[in-house]
Amino acid sequence: MIALSDYLILGAILFAISVAGIFINRKNVIVLLMCVELMLLAVNINFVAFSHFLQDTAGQVFVFFILTVAAAEAAIGLAILVVLFRSKRSINVEDMDALKG
Amino acid sequence: MTLEKLIFYVLAAVVLAAAVMVVTRRNPVHSALFLILAFFASSGIWLLAEAEFLAIVLVLVYVGAVMVLFLFVLMMLDIDIAVLRSGFIKMLPLGVVMAIAMAAELILIVGPGNFGLEKYAAPARHAADYSNTEELGSVLYTVYMYPFEIAAVILLVAIIAAIGLTMRRRTDTKFIDPSTQVVIKKGDDRIRMVSMDAEKG
Repeated sequence: MIALSDYLILGAILFAISVAGIFINRKNVIVLLMCVELMLLAVNINFVAFSHFLQDTAGQVFVFFILTVAAAEAAIGLAILVVLFRSKRSINVEDMDALKG
Repeated sequence: MTLEKLIFYVLAAVVLAAAVMVVTRRNPVHSALFLILAFFASSGIWLLAEAEFLAIVLVLVYVGAVMVLFLFVLMMLDIDIAVLRSGFIKMLPLGVVMAIAMAAELILIVGPGNFGLEKYAAPARHAADYSNTEELGSVLYTVYMYPFEIAAVILLVAIIAAIGLTMRRRTDTKFIDPSTQVVIKKGDDRIRMVSMDAEKG
């Protein structure tokens, strides 16, 4: 039988890979967004596994809401990216210094 | 090793390999395609965990809508990949060390010692006529009614925000507003009399 720890280890490794992805692709906004999607997937795997092993549907309902919010986040994020590309002709994070932070 | 376990490990290997490809590919389009592969494989893992409805939703919503949107934006923008990749090699060792440290710490906590089969026994399989969609729907429309409605409002806000951000009025197009065309009256609106001297042979 598959143990709960198998699912959790899969989620942990997936999360670590996407954190590394944010580190090494820190100039490309669109790959950063994809890494965030991967992180959400890792979290969702944990929720589904706990929901299965504790026999509680609350975990699956939560995954449903995470999927909803992630879809909204991707839509708005990509819309901002398109507007940014229109004004700066680039999606390099280092070019986004208009606020002089 | 049972067949179920074999399927799980194959799918998990596909998810992790696809995730590594997502973060290391030079071309963002390839990254997006590998992300789609990761979503497909993890929907298989969710099927193994008896979350059938969410597995289908993951394929329909994520692969069908979100990733298509990603690919659409990726191909619409003219991105200079060489500039974006310039810091890749420099940050690679730090990223790998961070990832290994983080994964090791997490595995120490969630490993078989704390969450193994002895601590959390595998639950009995549901009967063949069990419907995951029905069970999820019965709590979603009763206990989680207000969160469900808030989720719907969030999606509406996302639609309006995405349209509002990307819409622009262009001044250089020859578009004619049909309503101003329709309200034109006979007479002065249509014909303009110009007095000018006759051309000489």
